[in-house]
Amino acid sequence: MSVCIGVGGMAVRVECPDARFLHELRRHYAGFVEDVTDGALELVVEPLPPPAVGSDAELEVRLEAGLWILHRGDFRAEWDPGAGKGVVRLHPNRYSLDSVLRIIHSLELARTGGGLLLHGASAVRNGRGFVFSGPSGAGKTTMARLAPAGVRLLTDEISYLRVAGDGFEAWGTPFAGELAQPGENIVAPLAALYFLRQAGENRIDPLSPSEALRLILKNTLFFAHDPVLVANVFALADRLAGSVEVGELSFAPDVRVWSLIR
Amino acid sequence: MNEMYPKRAANAAFRVLGGEAIVMNPEDSSLFSLNATAAVIWRAADGRRSLREIVVSDVCVEFEVEPEDAMREALEFASALAEHGILILAETPEAGA
Repeated sequence: MSVCIGVGGMAVRVECPDARFLHELRRHYAGFVEDVTDGALELVVEPLPPPAVGSDAELEVRLEAGLWILHRGDFRAEWDPGAGKGVVRLHPNRYSLDSVLRIIHSLELARTGGGLLLHGASAVRNGRGFVFSGPSGAGKTTMARLAPAGVRLLTDEISYLRVAGDGFEAWGTPFAGELAQPGENIVAPLAALYFLRQAGENRIDPLSPSEALRLILKNTLFFAHDPVLVANVFALADRLAGSVEVGELSFAPDVRVWSLIR
Repeated sequence: MNEMYPKRAANAAFRVLGGEAIVMNPEDSSLFSLNATAAVIWRAADGRRSLREIVVSDVCVEFEVEPEDAMREALEFASALAEHGILILAETPEAGA
């Protein structure tokens, strides 16, 4: 039994013997469920009983003999990047699986040089993609909540950016933040990337090239301490900084900020 | 004080933009922003020229600063990056100098 979850043009077929869990996944990832296709990555879930003692051990991602080991208090996974297959042992809940999927996507994007996951809300307006990035509390979900009619939300938490021609595309993701609502499964060329700063006014200021690169790297989801992947992520961030408008968006938390986003 | 010969770690990812440099440590993905002075030293750190030579020939010329002041700052900067493993400080120059 399985469900195929496609995000950012990358499909992961999740196999699990627990029918109730698969049903929950189908419901949660509804807009991102695909027919099983050849070429999908494969993730086998080996269900564990609920832990007797919860653990909040921090995430560790390391490469061992060609396999990525993903270990956190609530899961342990092995991912074979060459084969595009992996196994995860966890007590079935979608939050844990969601984390595993984010990590797999970030590893695969870094490995292939195909794109980046960025802490940020993103949306499409007039056919153009916009990302609003920043750490927790910066206002990502607020920007999503303030979006006026006609704006299509891609995510309020994790922006999925893929290299496309000379630029990047912004894809919708099911990876939600406080909004607790998946984005739309659509894609648009990325027009601008703004780093959020809450203020008493609405304004966009340009960033120096070095500050733009620094902020992109700082807000990129990247878990693996590996020289090859670090070089790839660095090159992708540099490419992103040079291919779209990057600025600081100071905003007062009201809908007028969206008048700047066109 | 003995001469030291700074060299960028082979795998350190970096980019010099607008005179400043952004450097990422390949071992732990930690990020460093170098100001214009530090960026000059970083760019010149090939293991063949001494830190003093870089400071006198490059930093002092480009920024019109006193050699002793510049050297003090350069030592601080080089030691800090060396602690993070992204700059190697050798006591002798690399072959081929």
